[in-house]
Amino acid sequence: MKAIQVKGRLWVLRTPEGCLYHDVDTDMIFHNRYLHITELSQMGQYALDNLKGWADFAKQASSGDIILVGKNFGAGSSRQQAVDCFQALGLGALVAESFGAIYKRNAINSGLPILMFPGLADCAAQFATGDELTVNFETGELVLDGEKTFQASPFSQVQMDIYQAGNLFAYGKSLASL
Amino acid sequence: MAGKTIIQKILAAHTAGATAVEPGAIIWLDLDVRTARDFAGANVVKNYRTHYGDVPVEDKEKTFFTFDLVVPPKNIPYANNQQICRTWAREQGVKVYDVNAGIGSHVAIEEGLAYPGSTLVGTDSHLNILGAIGAFGQGMGDQDIAFAFKTGKTWFEVPPTMRVMVKGHVSPPCTARDLTLAVLRRLGSNGALGRAVEFYGPAVEALDLPGRITLASQVTEMGGIIGFVPPSEAVLAFARARTGREDLVGVAADPDASYVETVEVDIADLEPLIACPPSPANVRPVREVAGRHIDSVFLGSCTNGRFEDFAAVAEVVRGQRIAPGVMASVVPATRAVFEQLLDSGLLKVLFDSGFIISNPGCGGCASGHIGMTGAGQVQLSTSNRNFPGKQGAGETYLVSPVTAAWSALKGEITVPEVPGV
Repeated sequence: MKAIQVKGRLWVLRTPEGCLYHDVDTDMIFHNRYLHITELSQMGQYALDNLKGWADFAKQASSGDIILVGKNFGAGSSRQQAVDCFQALGLGALVAESFGAIYKRNAINSGLPILMFPGLADCAAQFATGDELTVNFETGELVLDGEKTFQASPFSQVQMDIYQAGNLFAYGKSLASL
Repeated sequence: MAGKTIIQKILAAHTAGATAVEPGAIIWLDLDVRTARDFAGANVVKNYRTHYGDVPVEDKEKTFFTFDLVVPPKNIPYANNQQICRTWAREQGVKVYDVNAGIGSHVAIEEGLAYPGSTLVGTDSHLNILGAIGAFGQGMGDQDIAFAFKTGKTWFEVPPTMRVMVKGHVSPPCTARDLTLAVLRRLGSNGALGRAVEFYGPAVEALDLPGRITLASQVTEMGGIIGFVPPSEAVLAFARARTGREDLVGVAADPDASYVETVEVDIADLEPLIACPPSPANVRPVREVAGRHIDSVFLGSCTNGRFEDFAAVAEVVRGQRIAPGVMASVVPATRAVFEQLLDSGLLKVLFDSGFIISNPGCGGCASGHIGMTGAGQVQLSTSNRNFPGKQGAGETYLVSPVTAAWSALKGEITVPEVPGV
């Protein structure tokens, strides 16, 4: 069994003006000029480098860190690298108010822990970069600095199955019907 | 029990057993066609080899590559990636629509790979464009597609469906693109997030196939899974001719189907619209930004790369030169579109007006050959995204082909007029 709860340092994706980012497009996460890259180990360095104010994210991020962001994260293209770049950095979890549909699938398929947090708009001001966040994938519970609790959406069944199997391919092989 | 929406009908017809196709349900979807393009293609091959070795794909007759993004390759990494796909395709006996073919989603429509009621997936996030002919198309990542190549299936969460009723009519100088921008303005960048959309209303029903393609292509920018335009008799006749299947029937929602939301968009007062930086949903009337100097014009993409789009441009520019200092490009969606432009003589009209004529493909949407912008450059484009930095450091404005043509002639953002008035 893989861990169903992680704890890590939080990065809250805000604009230079301090507003929570919404509609972060895949070109801001992993720009199209790097799309020829197929090696996972080379992808991490470019994560978020076209998102205003976050060009240095990859240099500062550590394995186990957690990202919090607003609506429709990963809008736009179908590029898997926009998920894989976070896998390469060892991201512990990615929490967003909502995700782009293709991005959500790609993250689930590769076993990157993502959670939707529909209530984020009402409490976003309480989260800050550098805070410590605990995320439970099974219950959706978020604990901030060991004190305040918030409720995000837990993993769906298929998401948990793929996550526990490791990725879509391993999950598919476990199904007799395929 | 309520009736089914279009997506529920298509998914139900492509799911084994008696699985419920209610919104939120996870189903195993049978895929009529599975594709990959030149960008993610090499990663699809890599994933396939890593996880399945030399095992044949589930059905090579249903598996295709469609190279369209960087065609022909402009540098060595892209050349390498395309050749990885080509070599693997030969080993597997899989057909490649190579660098001369054009945009994969359009090739799929022209070649009859997609047709009303069918399912097709690939690595292009605008494959939901196939909703224009009543097919289920979906862009996916390279892991999803490698899995689909091997199994012929994908897991899919049945989305809820919303209805968009467009009241009024499109009349010149407005086009299907202005209708589309009006819908995008109303729904915003996430107004259809995670949903299927069905488009109705007289303005939608009157759209020809290229107009339907334009509308369906921007559902991605509304956050939607796919947008369906129920096939007209003309669309059905087209699909029958392209597939050679006289028994093809259309696809329609049940009268008692259940919708999560119904939105009305009234275009009675429609005027030419423009999506300004920084996002496709930042829609304003063209008149509000008219007079802004432009450096370049891009005509093409899966949104407005059809023959009819270029014919509308040719009608505006015939016998005139585009403004000095403006770099304007024409990128036909496919080889068939290029041929139509050649045969009709319109390519000559566009050439004589000063346009750069490119081979078919996606153009600059993802660092292709045509449509990059330098810092400070202002570009008018008929493509579908204008996010900061996407095509370079310049600013990209999204407009109809007609608005782009009028603006190219004047060298500034220009409100188009009714031809001949």
